[in-house]
Amino acid sequence: MAQRILMKGNEAIAEAAIRAGCRHYFGYPITPQTEIAAYMAKKMPKIGGVFLQAESEIASINMVYGAAAAGMRVMTSSSSPGISLKAEGLSYIAGSDVPALVVNVQRGGPGLGGIQPSQSDYFQATKGGGHGDYRMIVLAPASVQEMASLTIKGFNLADKYRMTAMILADGTIGQMMEPISFEDAEIETYEKPWALTGTNGERKHNVVNSLYLKPEALEVTNFQRYERYKHIEQTEAMWEEYMMEDADICVVAFGIASRVAKNAIVAARQEGIKVGLIRPITLWPFPKAVLNKAADQVKGFVSVELSMGQMIEDVRLATECKRPVALCNRCGGMIPSPDEVLESIRNAEKGVF
Amino acid sequence: MAVVFQKPKSLTDLPFHYCPGCPHGIIHRLVAEVMDELGIEGKTIGVAPVGCAVMAYDYFACDMIEAAHGRAPAVATGIKRCRPENVVFTYQGDGDLASIGMAETVHAAARNENITVIFVNNAIYGMTGGQMAPTSLPGQVTQTSPYGRDVNHCGWPIKVCEMLSTLEGPEYLARVAVNNVKNVNAAKKAIKKAFQNQIEGKGFSLVEVVSACPTNWGMTPQKALEWVESDMLPYYPIGVYKDRSAAKEDAK
Amino acid sequence: MAKVTFNTDLCKGCGLCVSACPKKLLVIAEDQINSKGYSPAVMTDMEKCIGCAFCATMCPDCIITVEK
Repeated sequence: MAQRILMKGNEAIAEAAIRAGCRHYFGYPITPQTEIAAYMAKKMPKIGGVFLQAESEIASINMVYGAAAAGMRVMTSSSSPGISLKAEGLSYIAGSDVPALVVNVQRGGPGLGGIQPSQSDYFQATKGGGHGDYRMIVLAPASVQEMASLTIKGFNLADKYRMTAMILADGTIGQMMEPISFEDAEIETYEKPWALTGTNGERKHNVVNSLYLKPEALEVTNFQRYERYKHIEQTEAMWEEYMMEDADICVVAFGIASRVAKNAIVAARQEGIKVGLIRPITLWPFPKAVLNKAADQVKGFVSVELSMGQMIEDVRLATECKRPVALCNRCGGMIPSPDEVLESIRNAEKGVF
Repeated sequence: MAVVFQKPKSLTDLPFHYCPGCPHGIIHRLVAEVMDELGIEGKTIGVAPVGCAVMAYDYFACDMIEAAHGRAPAVATGIKRCRPENVVFTYQGDGDLASIGMAETVHAAARNENITVIFVNNAIYGMTGGQMAPTSLPGQVTQTSPYGRDVNHCGWPIKVCEMLSTLEGPEYLARVAVNNVKNVNAAKKAIKKAFQNQIEGKGFSLVEVVSACPTNWGMTPQKALEWVESDMLPYYPIGVYKDRSAAKEDAK
Repeated sequence: MAKVTFNTDLCKGCGLCVSACPKKLLVIAEDQINSKGYSPAVMTDMEKCIGCAFCATMCPDCIITVEK
């Protein structure tokens, strides 16, 4: 039996990162993700790594950019307002095709918002955040185990595709404690001939850069990048299906919302309602195919979110509006209760969307 | 006959895109000459700014990265912390370093980050067409201070070396100029020291190079260099503002 | 005995070398135009050149090679 350790969600991210070979962490304090920085501050000096508290989120993401360009597995973590500040760096990292892992333990917004759990950075994570045409791989853990395993997966994918992988978590899973195991972790390594190492007089200089003054060159670069994105959309989407075999209603939820939804689904099944769940694990690439297929099976969808309804737009796009999609949501740091989700499922069963 | 002066090897063959008489070319050459003389081109990683020198990554033959506006010291920090055995330098202008990137500058200095910063102060935003910089002189006419910089309205120019010298952190802060042969030669010595300091692990070394922008100052290159002498240097005096190791030697 | 060579095609005619020469041996050749469209700097009397490299020191485009 696998050895299991009781860990807090945020600490699981930090430990997983270290196990994935990350030896460089740059961050700036913000609630509710501080345990990640604290864990790194304690561990890194003892394993020959670097923990550096930067002067701002802007500086920390640019330190990540430098370290990533130098060929290292590197990460930063923050929460919603801090991610806004990192948006500049995320765009440069995307434009320069260097790999990095960024964690967003979301809190309520906009503005300073609050410090309670939220999923209202869905748009920011999946549609951009920074300027320009680019994507990030967005992984949404729903358990402490996934905080760890998706962090490792995120580093692998970031290196594989030379782009940012974002862990889009929330304050609840960050603070939650659950037993986890690292035994199944698969650490992949990739050659980085583009990295800044010094030419050593043996090769032409490497240049890490996102500036293309010739529009033709910039367009070609974007085309090539989007070919890569297309491949990722076709091959890397991850999701979980729960009680979908005979479902008439499909709940769509990620992260903490999916756990609440599962409770509501069990309760609804006891009432005889055939309802199941599709839980996107990758928010980008969004698991469009499975949702589109589900649209041919169910009579409607319920999107459960800790926001004013952001993922719901992708559900509608993925299902090509073949079936109605209801929104069950709380925001500002509030979480929908199982009863609230159950009520939405009952309404959907009655055809009320 | 022996060659006593030629283009340094640490520069690529690409001709500079700079305006006629722009001292960026002189300063690039000085950095490259220092790399040649110290034999460090193969292990140096340079960080280019946003500004006229944005394409410095094409001119230096060492590995290069292009940073976002003002973030070069943070990018350099990331690289240096990963690769302490490499030599890492930033090349930044006044808008980049002293306005949008002031926080990154101050904190890299406060941490005594073991990097070399080449700071080109020509008192104007060149690339965007001549706007007021954080180092534009009182009364200086620019595109965004068309009636002359009014210090009561938009504040005073920032003296970077003087300001950073109040910090415990940095190892070496020097201001030089490139307006004549004597000053260019002195500038090279300071730049060399700033690189040597890094190689010796001494820490943050910044050389502020008082430069010119003939195009946006609206002067001939010759006139611009005279203006450096008559107007810039009285406000930004040449000198060593901090040299921790030398101060320690003196104290012995 | 010294020799100064200009990579004339890359000269932008800024004249910083002209004012740097202590022997006043350099001029901007107003009657010439290089491939960039500038009138380049030229040496008027190589015999008198002392090889001080002041011209090259002030040249922003690294186009001057000095031999001595």
